[in-house]
Amino acid sequence: MKLIYELSVSGRSGVRIPVSDVPKAAPLPQSLRRAEPAALPEVAELDLVRHFTGLSRRNYSVDTNFYPLGSCTMKYNAKVMENAGSLFADSHPVLALLPGGPEKVQGPLSLIHGLEQQLAEITGMDEVTTQPLAGAHGEMTGIMVIAAYHKARGQNRRYVIVPDSSHGTNPASAAMAGYEIVTIPTAPYGDMDLDAFRAAMNDQVAAVMMTCPNTLGIFNPHIAEICEIAHQAGALVYYDGANLNAILGKVRPGDVGFDVIHVNLHKTFGTPHGGGGPGSGPVGVKSHLIPYLPTPRVVKGADGTFGVEAHPEGIGRVSDFFGNFAIMARAFAYITMLGREGLIEVSEQAVLNANYMMARLKEEYELPFDITCMHECVFSASRQLKDGVHAIDIAKYLIDRGFHPPTVYFPLNVKEAIMIEPTETESKQTMDSFIAVMLEAAEVARTRPEELHDAPVTTPVGRLDETRAARALQVCCEL
Amino acid sequence: MAKYYTKEHEWVELDGATGTVGISEHAAHELGDITFVELPKIGKAVKQFDTLAGIESVKAASDIYAPVSGKVVAVNDALDAAPELVNESAEEKGWVCRLEGVDAGELAALMDAAAYQQFLKGLE
Repeated sequence: MKLIYELSVSGRSGVRIPVSDVPKAAPLPQSLRRAEPAALPEVAELDLVRHFTGLSRRNYSVDTNFYPLGSCTMKYNAKVMENAGSLFADSHPVLALLPGGPEKVQGPLSLIHGLEQQLAEITGMDEVTTQPLAGAHGEMTGIMVIAAYHKARGQNRRYVIVPDSSHGTNPASAAMAGYEIVTIPTAPYGDMDLDAFRAAMNDQVAAVMMTCPNTLGIFNPHIAEICEIAHQAGALVYYDGANLNAILGKVRPGDVGFDVIHVNLHKTFGTPHGGGGPGSGPVGVKSHLIPYLPTPRVVKGADGTFGVEAHPEGIGRVSDFFGNFAIMARAFAYITMLGREGLIEVSEQAVLNANYMMARLKEEYELPFDITCMHECVFSASRQLKDGVHAIDIAKYLIDRGFHPPTVYFPLNVKEAIMIEPTETESKQTMDSFIAVMLEAAEVARTRPEELHDAPVTTPVGRLDETRAARALQVCCEL
Repeated sequence: MAKYYTKEHEWVELDGATGTVGISEHAAHELGDITFVELPKIGKAVKQFDTLAGIESVKAASDIYAPVSGKVVAVNDALDAAPELVNESAEEKGWVCRLEGVDAGELAALMDAAAYQQFLKGLE
């Protein structure tokens, strides 16, 4: 396929720009002009449409096929949620902040308030802010809330504890908020080493960030104890909601002892994930942290109408207006449509699917932590490695066979990791066809390993040289 | 002087109070093709087991921890242009930096080559 620049023919255009009837301004000084005109592509509308339609057909998405990318929760979102998102396109966000404005946007304000209440109910928190624009932004907001809490108590704590299986954004968010990171290794039972955790805990620790179930797809049986140990030392406990999909309607993090949570609307609650974004990472807190939530807050008056109030003790604004509103509208529709029973079914089916996948594949693939998993399971290609086949080779082979590969080489605490998350929206038939190809890959690894090294062979480009791409980076396009 | 190793797979080799630091052959192999080494700033003071530098490969980005306390007095600039030196020669040409003011007593918390090899066997 050609680049759009290669399709360019001088003078060709898709539109005719009207002759300007505005008098010409003085030309830019020579020093500000480029020496030659930019070599922008000149194509007709039809060339353009065919080019981008052609590109789109080379795209892979959950709309075209199974996308078992572990840790990412690439579930299918019903198209009706897109309609919910577009319902409010005419409502300008600044209206809610103008004098007399809130009475004109009661619908959107009630939706924000309603979503906050839904998320508080689901997570067991007391209040929620919808401002953060992504999961990592939610982490940053949550950690800033925690910092504000300690500061208000006259404490200047230095450390944030994270287990080594945590998402990389956890330590990054805490470090950006000014904390030093203490990493706790994984114990043989697949979760944070409790003894190492106890040893690291002291009155200088501001917070512990936990993902539960963790990145290995394992629910931490010691979670209540971890919260207790942290609280005894005056530290707060942060719940990374990336894997909330596994426990909807089953466990409420707030009931277990967590003080702060972020949820990924774009993973768990029916809004697009990946290129389809944008994201949304609402943050929920227990009552002792409510004063530090970002400003402003949507409030419900005694007469049942909604207003906007400043939140003076809070950490300030973390986004314009109230966050990614169209995404919130989708999530509100998703939660309202599914209701309590529906959300419970979501988590049950997500966990059942992952366990089915785990049970069928563990004959051929090494399962480092062989216990009932939650919404995802992590294999290792260590058996295939004996024949010189790496996780990346299996991943590339899956592309040839029509599947998006699972996540590979993550989490970092599993060698040659292959991390599979089927999500609740996939049928047994789809999973069976994926399992068949995974088993076939194991067979090829045993008998004809070189075939896997050559994969993929059906794609527009074959195996990319990732090392060279990283070492000889060329991101500059000369126009 | 002999090399001493950490559980996080760094090595240090002392010459008086100056220690040369890098990552082990094993670590380089496990990381795969190294694409970038984030060298520490000259003058940076580190405590033993604190984060010293960063290293990225096609598989992962990792921290390099200081095997001993000291002050950075030299860095291996060659790694800027040729990070693959770490893959080719992790424990010689692929050294990362030199630390000054090292207390040899801290070596007690590290492993010698034989103990490190034994440690690696335990990881398999």
